[in-house]
Amino acid sequence: MSSVLDRIEAVEPKTRALLYVHDRGELLDEASAIDAARSSGDPLGPIAGVPVVIKDNIATKGIPTTAASRILSRFAPPYDATAVERLRAAGGVIVGKANMDEFAMGSSNENSAFVAARNPWDLARVPGGSSGGSAAAVAAGEAVLSLGSDTGGSVRQPSGFCGVVGVKPTYGRVSRYGLIAFASSLDQIGPVSRDVEGAAALLGAVAGEDPRDSTTGVEPVPDYLSELEGGCSGFTLGVPEEYFSEGLSPDVESAVRGAIDVLAAAGANVRSISLPHAEHGISAYYVVADAEASSNLARYDGIKYDQRACGHRDLFDTYCATRSEGFGREVKRRIMLGTYALSAGYRDEWYLKAQKVRALIAADFARAFDEVDAVVGPTSPTRAFEVGARIDDPIQMYLADVYTTHANLAGIAAISVPCDPGDGGLPVGFQIMVDKFQESAMFRIARAYERAAGLGRGVPEL
Amino acid sequence: MAVTKEDVRHVASLARLAFSDAEIEELAAEMSEILGFFESLARVDTAGVEPAFRALRRENVVRDDDVGEMLSPDDALANAPDREGNYFRVPGILPKE
Repeated sequence: MSSVLDRIEAVEPKTRALLYVHDRGELLDEASAIDAARSSGDPLGPIAGVPVVIKDNIATKGIPTTAASRILSRFAPPYDATAVERLRAAGGVIVGKANMDEFAMGSSNENSAFVAARNPWDLARVPGGSSGGSAAAVAAGEAVLSLGSDTGGSVRQPSGFCGVVGVKPTYGRVSRYGLIAFASSLDQIGPVSRDVEGAAALLGAVAGEDPRDSTTGVEPVPDYLSELEGGCSGFTLGVPEEYFSEGLSPDVESAVRGAIDVLAAAGANVRSISLPHAEHGISAYYVVADAEASSNLARYDGIKYDQRACGHRDLFDTYCATRSEGFGREVKRRIMLGTYALSAGYRDEWYLKAQKVRALIAADFARAFDEVDAVVGPTSPTRAFEVGARIDDPIQMYLADVYTTHANLAGIAAISVPCDPGDGGLPVGFQIMVDKFQESAMFRIARAYERAAGLGRGVPEL
Repeated sequence: MAVTKEDVRHVASLARLAFSDAEIEELAAEMSEILGFFESLARVDTAGVEPAFRALRRENVVRDDDVGEMLSPDDALANAPDREGNYFRVPGILPKE
């Protein structure tokens, strides 16, 4: 524990991965209690004593939970999210809260209302988003594990950019109770870790049905760790031709094709598939996500969550002033787009249309999974881009999510594992997607790749 | 896709957001551009397709109507900017005479 806390102290001024670090004394006490329990032979949870950081949109009782927004800058929830409760029960020790794009809206972390986290492998570049703080903290050795949230790639894309493992579980695999809602039909909490085993252990600890979230699945949670070393032989991997077309940077393509070759050599069957509606993923995703966000964010009205604009006599003005002062630019832009897409006269043309295209994308995947066990490809079209490069061009920023939104739209599970870029440069993420509740197979394939290719790149100097 | 400044003002009022004239002009341009990009959706043939409102179909999830653990009023109101007794206090809804 103290080595992690020392590391945080040393590198945090550079990475800005955390928005809150818990009291050192309390953390050391917690760690000693676990050590004592261990030496006296008491039963311990699967992640006992492991230092974890929690993305700042996941409720932690009595600990600030800001979603990196001014409007929640003094908010401390009165309860723990279910995932946090389960993580604590499994022995995880929460050392801090991770930086993020405000309300999880962004692909670079530059939309944090407080400070932008940086990529630990190159501080001039973004760590990705929105769980950029989670990925940067794990990559930089400021935590061993993290819980992030993934609405359209927000765990996988930063994990790819920072050279760590990130998972978007099946919709309904992890309870959303206590996750600050962005787009409720797409949001999932997911683990970030240094290796596949860590992600499997953390998902196993937090997953499962929750009476407080009626969208959780009743499917039992398998023991992911016991099946982890099963290898990939006998699995068929589908390579969607649409993922290897315009917009994919050649260095990412060659790294990802190399990763597919590694799995083929390890015994997987590889075949080409087609996802005919893939190109519409970004548009369908942003219309649906913004519409749901505009509705979810209506609750920040200056009445319940601490921040209220002063000096306004009536309720309407109080709402407008509080929200306009409290939300950042991208959040307001998305609320506006989402409200537009839901407003009278436009709902059929935008929101319903996007939900229909979503159904077609989900059907593409259902067809693919009749023939293959996993769909594999790049996590992102490029490596980490430079700070400032896309922040003034929303469409370019949205395109960073071109391969990740599909899993959220279809409700399936996906993992990003670091693959060898072959040139010693910045990390590249390799994405493995599986059908709903097939996380065991996903972890097995990811672990088979990791074992064959060799573990990632250690920890950056900083 | 042309979003006018009037559209922006209308949507802003629905969304309870206030913008300066300069911001309204900027938003009209940005929203036009972004919605223009999303317009490719219109080209997709969705005849006979049911919208996919949710990823996992679980319907009518019910529980027994038992009282469980709950927050105390003090915990529930701990973040209230303005409180009176066990209530959130809000600014007036109707203008005073």
